Amino acid sequence: MSVYPQGPPDSQEPPDILESPQGARGPRLGVDEWVARRAGRREYLPSWLGGVQRALERIGWWPRLAVAGLIGVVLPSLGLGGFQLQVGIDALVIALLAVGLNIVVGWAGLLDLGYIAFFGFGAYAFALLSSGQIGSAGIHLPAYASLPAVVIAAAFLGLGVGLPSRRLIGDYLAIVTLFFGEAFVEFTNNVDSTKLGGPNGITTIDPIRAFGAQLTTNAGYYYLLVIVLVVIMAVLRRLETSRTGRAWRAVREDPLAAASMTIPVNRVKLMAFAGGAMVAALAGTIYAAQQASVFPTDFDTPILILVYAGLILGGAGSIAGAAAGALVVMVIYDGLLRNPTYAGYLFYGLILLTLLARLRPWRRLAGVLAATVALGFAAHAIAAAISNSAVAAGSQSGWLAHHWVIVPASPQTAGNWGFVVLICTLIALVQVGSRWRTVLLVPTLYLASFVWETRLIAEPSITRQLMIGAILIVMMNARPQGLLGQRRVEVAL
Amino acid sequence: MRLFFGELVTGVTTGALYSLIALGFSMVYGVLKLLNFAHGDLYMVGAYIGFFVIQWFGGAAHVSIPVPLLLVIMFVLAAGLVGGLGVAIERFAYRPLRDAPRIAPLITAIGISFLLENAALLLFGAQFRIYNTAEFISLSSGIRVGSVSIDSVQIMVVVLGVALMIGLRLLVNRTRLGKQMRAVAADREAAEMLGINVNFTIAATFFLGSALAGVAGVMAGLLFNQVTNTIGFIAGLKAFTAAVVGGIGSIPGAMLGGLLIGLAEAFVTGYISSTYSNLIVFGLLIAVMLTRPSGLLGQAQLQKV
Repeated sequence: MSVYPQGPPDSQEPPDILESPQGARGPRLGVDEWVARRAGRREYLPSWLGGVQRALERIGWWPRLAVAGLIGVVLPSLGLGGFQLQVGIDALVIALLAVGLNIVVGWAGLLDLGYIAFFGFGAYAFALLSSGQIGSAGIHLPAYASLPAVVIAAAFLGLGVGLPSRRLIGDYLAIVTLFFGEAFVEFTNNVDSTKLGGPNGITTIDPIRAFGAQLTTNAGYYYLLVIVLVVIMAVLRRLETSRTGRAWRAVREDPLAAASMTIPVNRVKLMAFAGGAMVAALAGTIYAAQQASVFPTDFDTPILILVYAGLILGGAGSIAGAAAGALVVMVIYDGLLRNPTYAGYLFYGLILLTLLARLRPWRRLAGVLAATVALGFAAHAIAAAISNSAVAAGSQSGWLAHHWVIVPASPQTAGNWGFVVLICTLIALVQVGSRWRTVLLVPTLYLASFVWETRLIAEPSITRQLMIGAILIVMMNARPQGLLGQRRVEVAL
Repeated sequence: MRLFFGELVTGVTTGALYSLIALGFSMVYGVLKLLNFAHGDLYMVGAYIGFFVIQWFGGAAHVSIPVPLLLVIMFVLAAGLVGGLGVAIERFAYRPLRDAPRIAPLITAIGISFLLENAALLLFGAQFRIYNTAEFISLSSGIRVGSVSIDSVQIMVVVLGVALMIGLRLLVNRTRLGKQMRAVAADREAAEMLGINVNFTIAATFFLGSALAGVAGVMAGLLFNQVTNTIGFIAGLKAFTAAVVGGIGSIPGAMLGGLLIGLAEAFVTGYISSTYSNLIVFGLLIAVMLTRPSGLLGQAQLQKV
């Protein structure tokens, strides 16, 4: 007979968890009991969406991955044009990078800001091994020799760059890796321009070539990238649940505790760096072969921030999240925002969605929308009555600008001031109380569409960069676990 | 010898500039333990403000007010506006993340930096804005020491830089606000329990740090003449280097680090090659970080469990 009829006195877990089916079956092998009990406590979306989420989760990871891969393979046969295919290739390369970055940032929790240099290293190494840059005849290795060589070399480079992580933590590591990334760009720009090409890059790279066959079409590279991405994701998924994967997460949560659990912290960190570097270098080789050219600017900070935006949007720590986030970011960044019509749909659609999600009850939402529309027509009518040049440029663009948004004849200055005022009203919107917020929302919405029509739509390349910055800030503040990530169980200390 | 002293003057001047940026960066790190990647971009905004002040008063060739007054307006306006921008960034991007995992504010800071850089591109375009300093400050009115001439802008930058650093040191060591800052830097929770308004102190730190970056931006405009939206990134990197080499969180360390980086850059450019100057500065940083992670004047922190 037990001394404690209800179990030992220090076990005070709520009874509903014990009665849950997971608790009854007991934890799976290799999963800590505490984690297993809390695993049932994750957040689901409200209402029927949560049901769908749960049903999806019951499907194993590999059928989901297989379906995603199949969709990827089928997509081009739906009649994608050359431009769409190029967007797809770029998106897949960034997705591959994001999945690799997830190892370092998402699992091991090491902020690696020099990650893009491994991508560049892979691309440059492949370029040197498959072009006429070195020696009189050049080196033209077949892919089955050059790819493994580049990837293994990248692993060693990753170990080297990871060495500071033995001594430096957090922010210091971030700076050192950032300098490594910058040093790579400086290096390729300035050192030995006969071989590395300097700012002009290397422009005569062989396609991927093996056993007498060559991969020359964009469609070929698209399929190759889909296959590589799916395989890498499957491998990483196996890695995630392995001993090493758990060690990475343990080191991320608390290096000291991990060390006292006999996890070799330094070695585990180095493995994360090397793993990330290998995936990035692989992406680099395919990128270089597909583009047939490499330039130092291809591996600069903006691309790094793009990869981070994808990873953060999808959710750091989740493989599917990293890949999906990067694909979404790239399709918007590279595809939609280049076309003013699609960009407009995206902009107004996002505003509507945000309002739908955040503005309750629906009467308030309807009121705000109606007031915004009315304000627009009124403002347009008044401006047109005062001076024709105030609405002059609107007549050339779409219907919306013609009747609703004021687009003056010289939109640049007005749009710039509108942008500054918009930032100020957005700040004010956060500051004021909820009643005034509803009132202030109407002019803010109108001002947003004014800035969009006058300025942002004319500068798609800047607009998309602004979007990337906004994604990073908004996601970190609103939903740090990303769209697909899970909120972690927080341990109160 | 002439080259040596010429590079010495250049090194001390740019060193003073880097020190000013590094100071703000280091102060923010001190109170929040946050690497503010957007700090370099605040410096860029300051440089633009200086440029538009010159334009406002008739352009470089026909300045409509006395030049000293113009300089005062440039510096004060840049300090005030950039300081306000820094406070706004802290309030809206960093404050909600104060108790989040360390990686979250860092990524936010990268986002802010990217956003500021591109907002400047949208508002001011990609072309270089030229200060034309020589048209309203006569550069030949400096001092000549032997064969080396030091122009008046360089003198002003160094004098103003040193004055600001002394002022900051007095503020941090002697005033009530400085005491609060040091308390918050030492232990935020304990400071809060002792009745210190932590939010105000952090906002004040951001204001001071960002204002210094704004002043440094105007100085850079006067010294280098050219302003564009990407100058913040490299200057920010150099300032990080300065702050880290000197020991992050330490004010004398930031000054020393800035001076060292400025001198190293000047001598590498003068004696070796200008193409490698950035590479060598980066290499210097990595070497210091690996051998002395807490910097030259910083103190190694004990890890509390």
